[in-house]
Amino acid sequence: MTTRRDFLQRTAALSAVLPMGWRPAFGKEALSQQGLLDMPPVGRLTLIHLSDIHAQLRPIHFREPSWNLGVGEVRGLVPHLTGHDLLARYGIAAGSALAHALAYPDFTDLARSYGPMGGLDRIATVIAAIRAERGAGNCLLLDSGDSWQNSYTALETAGQDMVALLARLSPDAMVGHWEFTLGQRRVEELVAQLGFPFLAQNIRDTAWGDPVFDGTAHFERAGTRIAVIGQAFPYTPIANPRWMVPDWSFGIREGELRASVEAARSAGAEVVVVLSHNGFDVDRKLAGRVAGIDVILTGHTHDALPEPVQVGRTLVVASGSHGKFVGRLDLDVRNGEVQGWGFRLIPVFSDVISPEPEMSAAIAEMRAPHEVHLRRVVGETDTLLYRRGNFNGTFDDVICDAMLSQRDAEIALSPGFRWGASVLPGEITAEDVYNATAMTYPECYRMTMTGARLHEVLEDVADNLFNPDPYFQQGGDMVRVGGLGFSIDVGAAMGRRISDMTLLRTGEAIESGRDYAVAGWASVNAGTTGPPIWDVVFDHLRDHGPVAPGGGSHVRVTGA
Amino acid sequence: MHVDLTRRQALAVAGAAVAMLSTGAFVGPASAANDARDQLLAFTGGVEPQMGRVALDMPEIAENGNAVPMNVIVDSPMTDEDHVRRLMILADGNPSPAVATFHFSPLAGVAQANTRIRLGGTQNVLAVAEMSDGSFFMDVREVKVTIGGCGG
Repeated sequence: MTTRRDFLQRTAALSAVLPMGWRPAFGKEALSQQGLLDMPPVGRLTLIHLSDIHAQLRPIHFREPSWNLGVGEVRGLVPHLTGHDLLARYGIAAGSALAHALAYPDFTDLARSYGPMGGLDRIATVIAAIRAERGAGNCLLLDSGDSWQNSYTALETAGQDMVALLARLSPDAMVGHWEFTLGQRRVEELVAQLGFPFLAQNIRDTAWGDPVFDGTAHFERAGTRIAVIGQAFPYTPIANPRWMVPDWSFGIREGELRASVEAARSAGAEVVVVLSHNGFDVDRKLAGRVAGIDVILTGHTHDALPEPVQVGRTLVVASGSHGKFVGRLDLDVRNGEVQGWGFRLIPVFSDVISPEPEMSAAIAEMRAPHEVHLRRVVGETDTLLYRRGNFNGTFDDVICDAMLSQRDAEIALSPGFRWGASVLPGEITAEDVYNATAMTYPECYRMTMTGARLHEVLEDVADNLFNPDPYFQQGGDMVRVGGLGFSIDVGAAMGRRISDMTLLRTGEAIESGRDYAVAGWASVNAGTTGPPIWDVVFDHLRDHGPVAPGGGSHVRVTGA
Repeated sequence: MHVDLTRRQALAVAGAAVAMLSTGAFVGPASAANDARDQLLAFTGGVEPQMGRVALDMPEIAENGNAVPMNVIVDSPMTDEDHVRRLMILADGNPSPAVATFHFSPLAGVAQANTRIRLGGTQNVLAVAEMSDGSFFMDVREVKVTIGGCGG
């Protein structure tokens, strides 16, 4: 029960915590490590949240999206506000450090002022500072997954680098998604090394429906009994290769989750946390349908929100991606329930937060055999390269152009992954390319597809992103295209969103019965052949000199 | 979808499996026509079923359209006076909509069936129960069958 007093306490906590950190004076001159970390403490218990690091050990630039459309009931709600709309929603001054961290405007200029973000050694400093302030025994460190893949070293070591280095942070639990693209056998090997729970209430073996991993972990911190229920990305075997996890079945499994929450309460949990890789809209819907969850620490959709979103009594916390942020949620738990909270989305400005020396040394040692290869300059760009957003980013344009030229294709298709660090104008290193492409099924195929099939593919992916019911949203962002223009009405029904498909080479309309030469990568089908996509991009950059992509001008969007 | 099968339930499911084969759901000819609604009304004798009492559990998005897990349970005491007689499963987007008809008696103890069904594309799956008093109850789930890829 929320009493009026509780409500006032919460409101007080809110007003105490939020405006202080986000006032316009939070400009580049004012940045200090203490200033980035400071928040008025609330209660005794703290949840520390990491999410979607995507194996980025070193500081990177990551441009937040211009397009992140919400459809149906979530239209116009966070996290579907971007740029100035997002800044206005939270009262953040344009040009401030936090504005740079959260929004795309003036990205390149501000990136040069504020420097890169993240780095596991800076994250180690932030976590150590929180534990020192709050008491290590009063904190839980929880990782929403996508930690073990999508860098060169994580690919080369099959996730071993991340498992070893993250272990230095002493996490209390994690969940997974891209982890599963290492294959189920490798995942089992790594999970056996963890020493902390890899949770997934929603993974069952395909034959009998038995749980594959623990679903719930119980903790006692700050004199409080806490249950953490894990939720893996529900659509892993659909969005990523099913053949890599042939014996495991996923799904949202809302009914089973409800039962897990009830079981946790029955076992005496005073605080129930869902550690999730569902994506924001799925978790928001879940919070409204499954009673008894105090906190959802969400991941997958890479949203960075300066405040939790409240759904009834549930706080939904989104702490960004690529190591740019650490989420700190303080909870005041008394009489067996959450009475108040405070939150800070800590932006990890790598020039301001000092690296933790032991972690720095461990990262350097792990990277040493690869440094020469990674630092190799492979090309040059005149414009910012980025991927994140609903439609083609500039990095996607480069990858698509590479496939068109190197694979002699009329049309290129590139996956709408949400991961991939941004590259400032100037030299492009091999590591920059790997950061946008490193994964376990990189083969760049070439095949023919009819116009009808291409239309079907675009419609299918569009529905996986823009279906008005979040539970039916399976994918990443919209598939990126090269050599092909189209219009998309995001508000239309399945099968009616895509029109005006045009072959850019000739300006002619795509014919449904004609065959087109199509190159693509990241096929979920077993047995796909072709060179790895990074080699295709290296060859393109070598052959074509500086690139200057404009970003998605051949995609027309309506209905937003 | 973990179900502890008791002997009774196993018998109920086995009986249901026989019924499923008899509908020929997996060997129907490919045809654009889908008369799901006609078949539903033929099953109910023209009565519109009420929503409720039937809980159909299926994934929102199928991992494999060729074998989509389905669990259905009908809220019923399963006594001589009050039980489920038949439970029909229809897929409104398959070439042939009839998937299975499960037959129950009070001896089943519980009106539950758990199997895998084949779905040719995104569509609605309907579960319609005929009660011993002649009333009909229903649940509907939309299941998406997608090409996949492009995840996250």
